[in-house]
Amino acid sequence: MLRSDYNRIDPKRRANLDHRKKQFADPAYKDTTYPHRLNFYAVPPTADITLEQFEQWAIDRLRVLAELEACSFRNKSPAETATHMEPLIKKYLPLESNSSSSTQLSAQRQKDHYSHFILRLAFASTEDLRRRFSRVETMLFRLRFNEENSKERKDFINNLSLDWEEVSTEERAEYAAQLAALAPFRKGVQEEESWFKVDWERVPDLVETRRVFLKAGKAYVPSKEQTSMVVAEFTQRLERALELTARALPRLDEDDRLTPILDHLSKNFVTPDASYSSSTSSVPGADISARNIDALSASFPLCMQSLHKSLRRDSHLKHFGRLQYTLFLKGIGLNLEECLVFWRSSFNKITDDQFNKDYRYNVRHSYGDVGGDSNRRGGGYSPFSCQKILTEHPPGPGETHGCPYRHFNLDNLTALLQGVGISDGAVLRGVKEDKENQKFHMACNRVFEYVHKKELKRAKDEGVMTSAQLETIVHPNEYFKRSYLLKNLGKETTKTEDIKMEG
Amino acid sequence: MPHSVTSDAPTPPNGTDSTMTDATAQNGDSQAASARNPDDVAMAGADTDASNGEGSKEVKLEELFADVDSDDEFPSSRPAEQKTPSSSSLETPSSPENNGPSLSASDPELMRTFYQRLFPWRQLFQWLNHSPTPTNDFGHREFAFTLQNDAYLRYQSFPTADLLRKDVLRLLPSRFEIGPVYSTNPRDRKTLRNSAAFKPLSKELCFDIDLTDYDEIRTCCDKANICDSCWRFMVMAIKVLDAALREDFGFRHILWVYSGRRGAHAWVCDKKARTMDDQKRRAIAGYLEVVKGSSQGGKKVNLRRPLHPHLSRSLDILAPHFQTDVLAEQDPWASEERSDKLLALLPDKNLNASLGAKWASSPERASTAKWADIDVVAKAGGLAKDQADAPRRLLEAKQDIVLEYTYPRLDIEVSKKLNHLLKSPFVVHPGTGRVCVPIDTRDPDALDAFSPLGVPTVQGLLAEIDRWSGGGGGGDDENDGDEAGAEVKQEAGAKSMQDWEKTSLKPYVEYFRSFVVGLMKDERDPRVKREREEDGSMEF
Ligand SMILES: [Zn+2]
Repeated sequence: MLRSDYNRIDPKRRANLDHRKKQFADPAYKDTTYPHRLNFYAVPPTADITLEQFEQWAIDRLRVLAELEACSFRNKSPAETATHMEPLIKKYLPLESNSSSSTQLSAQRQKDHYSHFILRLAFASTEDLRRRFSRVETMLFRLRFNEENSKERKDFINNLSLDWEEVSTEERAEYAAQLAALAPFRKGVQEEESWFKVDWERVPDLVETRRVFLKAGKAYVPSKEQTSMVVAEFTQRLERALELTARALPRLDEDDRLTPILDHLSKNFVTPDASYSSSTSSVPGADISARNIDALSASFPLCMQSLHKSLRRDSHLKHFGRLQYTLFLKGIGLNLEECLVFWRSSFNKITDDQFNKDYRYNVRHSYGDVGGDSNRRGGGYSPFSCQKILTEHPPGPGETHGCPYRHFNLDNLTALLQGVGISDGAVLRGVKEDKENQKFHMACNRVFEYVHKKELKRAKDEGVMTSAQLETIVHPNEYFKRSYLLKNLGKETTKTEDIKMEG
Repeated sequence: MPHSVTSDAPTPPNGTDSTMTDATAQNGDSQAASARNPDDVAMAGADTDASNGEGSKEVKLEELFADVDSDDEFPSSRPAEQKTPSSSSLETPSSPENNGPSLSASDPELMRTFYQRLFPWRQLFQWLNHSPTPTNDFGHREFAFTLQNDAYLRYQSFPTADLLRKDVLRLLPSRFEIGPVYSTNPRDRKTLRNSAAFKPLSKELCFDIDLTDYDEIRTCCDKANICDSCWRFMVMAIKVLDAALREDFGFRHILWVYSGRRGAHAWVCDKKARTMDDQKRRAIAGYLEVVKGSSQGGKKVNLRRPLHPHLSRSLDILAPHFQTDVLAEQDPWASEERSDKLLALLPDKNLNASLGAKWASSPERASTAKWADIDVVAKAGGLAKDQADAPRRLLEAKQDIVLEYTYPRLDIEVSKKLNHLLKSPFVVHPGTGRVCVPIDTRDPDALDAFSPLGVPTVQGLLAEIDRWSGGGGGGDDENDGDEAGAEVKQEAGAKSMQDWEKTSLKPYVEYFRSFVVGLMKDERDPRVKREREEDGSMEF
């Protein structure tokens, strides 16, 4: 039965395949055998599986993907991620290489193959889900690719028939100086680097970071960047396939057994950003109002304190600063009216007219008070997570948004920390090391722990906080919430339930 | 008005209020709604009634915020004379055309005559259409008008150049912007059942460079003000970007346009560039972005070594400019406070101590001398003795400094998004009255010779037409005999001449025309055409 569902989208899938690659035209070809551990998931599975398998396999894969996403939100390095993921993958989605003596290779690969395609169906429906799915699937692929031994990796790549042109000896000589700048000879290593030449559009991430030589639209890629090329190819093909799946989805609605399962799966993949609606991050009993922001800002993370200081100093913030700060304030529970009051009184060098004309609308838009249907229905934008602040829209000249631990240089960061009363040498040294190791969230959590040392001890002693609540903070609004609650532990005679926090 | 009206265009209504009403009435119901719809009137104020905006396309919040911060950011610092540029000595100190009456540059009458007689509609059409006969490249292209009352009308589109021209003459926008080509006609976007069917397909890859981003390194001007001295930063930027886009990415059709006040825009028009998705645009933006960091960021150029070929080439282009245009002309480290900024960028503490002591006795020492001092003192044993790599680190730091003071500072968000709108070439900057003319980059001398202060103003151009017409207008004749007037009069007798040919706008339109011809020729290339057909067959 399930088989026919796949067949129904099959013509579409095939249409997506490169017409030159005839070997993929017959879906039965790869159905029974999995010669490689790695998979580009070019062909959907066609064999029957049970409904239970359908659901269980998908859930298992989802567990792995969700944890991978969490690793990226916590800014774990690739090595840390690999270590962290190993037991989970072993348990839920093992996938061993040909050189292992496992008798389970075929079963493992089948589960990998099916679960990928099931989740594809579940997450093809919206652009946001598609983007996240392809992002985490790419992470999983990259993780496995890096683990693969070089022989099997090579076999896999050869089998992909990617049309990479090798750069000729003559051309290598012609551009010797330029190429040497990209892959300098290491001392003692005499072997020549081999180079591939592809259209630059095929390797946009290598172009973006200037890791290839460009000439007339061609990118010259050193062999050490091969991983990146294969991964880019994986993402590209997956994104294209997901769009085609999305267009084929309406026809799946007929199967009333699958729809609830798929629906359930996609709901379990909610974005961590979205979980910070004001309902979960607000603090009961707090006076969250425009006139109280100055006082509350003592509990803000450094990024927001910095924005607040700039705003007070300049009576102005540039657009990404306004956006980041507005959404944060919304997240702590400041309502739209108060937020408008806050911005109006903060921008005290401009006229009402100017404010109404240039800024008011944007604040309302952030709250979903105006804008397109889906903006209003969704209540505007979610407050930015650390991940978003760290990676999107780095501040340019004259801008003060972003993450100070990442975007400020050490001197300015230290000055900022001292300005908010953190001058403990050990803490500042720790922050410096965190910054050098790119552990920006660690630096932020270090500062949090220092600032709330007493309160944290008391909370632990009194058993008010579970260990989950002491996990690394990865969202500015979580920082505020914890900080505010800790600082007010004893002030009100609140019952334990009132200060219970999200896990 | 002295300007004779030769066009058959309908006479537009006077006054901005009736213009607005007219716009909504003529375009039918959906447009009437759209004029009140927040995503059409992105700049509109608090009284925008959102409840009318049914079924509208989602607007990205970032873009809304970005809009406000564009050309008109910091309203409080805007020169008060903006509305009457000709009275501002800062704005147009040496513009030869700036001799007429002090009409505001966005005065509706002035705008009407300009759009009617001088604006190169035909060339603009061919530029965006890529062919002499109308296609969707033009018909599905979004235009956005900024009206005289500052209302902002988005999602305008026109099947032909003539209809665009007629609407512009009816609405008399103070300027208009060009957006992407959409999958369907932007005017029909609300009638589609599936909103995903309305999406941007292509737009030129754009760059925006603005001299306000140079405020921390230029000493001659700040904010909205510019002079020929700091315009040199723009020349450097154009040279570096132009070289990278052509040599590295293989683009051939790059149009540089003066933005009318303090910056320049680039439009990369190759088909390959137009069809890039956001990821590819981001990749190019990242490749070209070198000067990074907020005002708190400290050293703004930090490059790994060896330098990427693009950066070595840029350094080769920029090094001579650094000597003349920066060290000699801007003299950025003339005072003690300023030379401390230089020391902060140098890596060697020993060397800094020696240099600091040397300059303390003559704090006003010129930047050229101070820059030379670095090597002199270093060679004389000023570097730290215990570090073998000190000379290399000094050299690298000096390269970084050259780049920090010369490398293009891009407003990179403009380049990253397929659906970003950018001001059209040849519109008039409402603040300065200057026409956003293309900058000829074919010949380095022409680029070097370009002066933003010499760009024709709308007021000046209309005076030139009047003089050409043989003094029918009276008041402007006192300027007879000046150079421009004498020149145009020599070419008498051409009845079929376009009005722009009679003015100093002529070389700019001619350059634009030749640019467009080159672009259209490439689009006609059968190889390109076949690619397009193949693309089509993949769609379903
Ligand atoms: Zn200047």
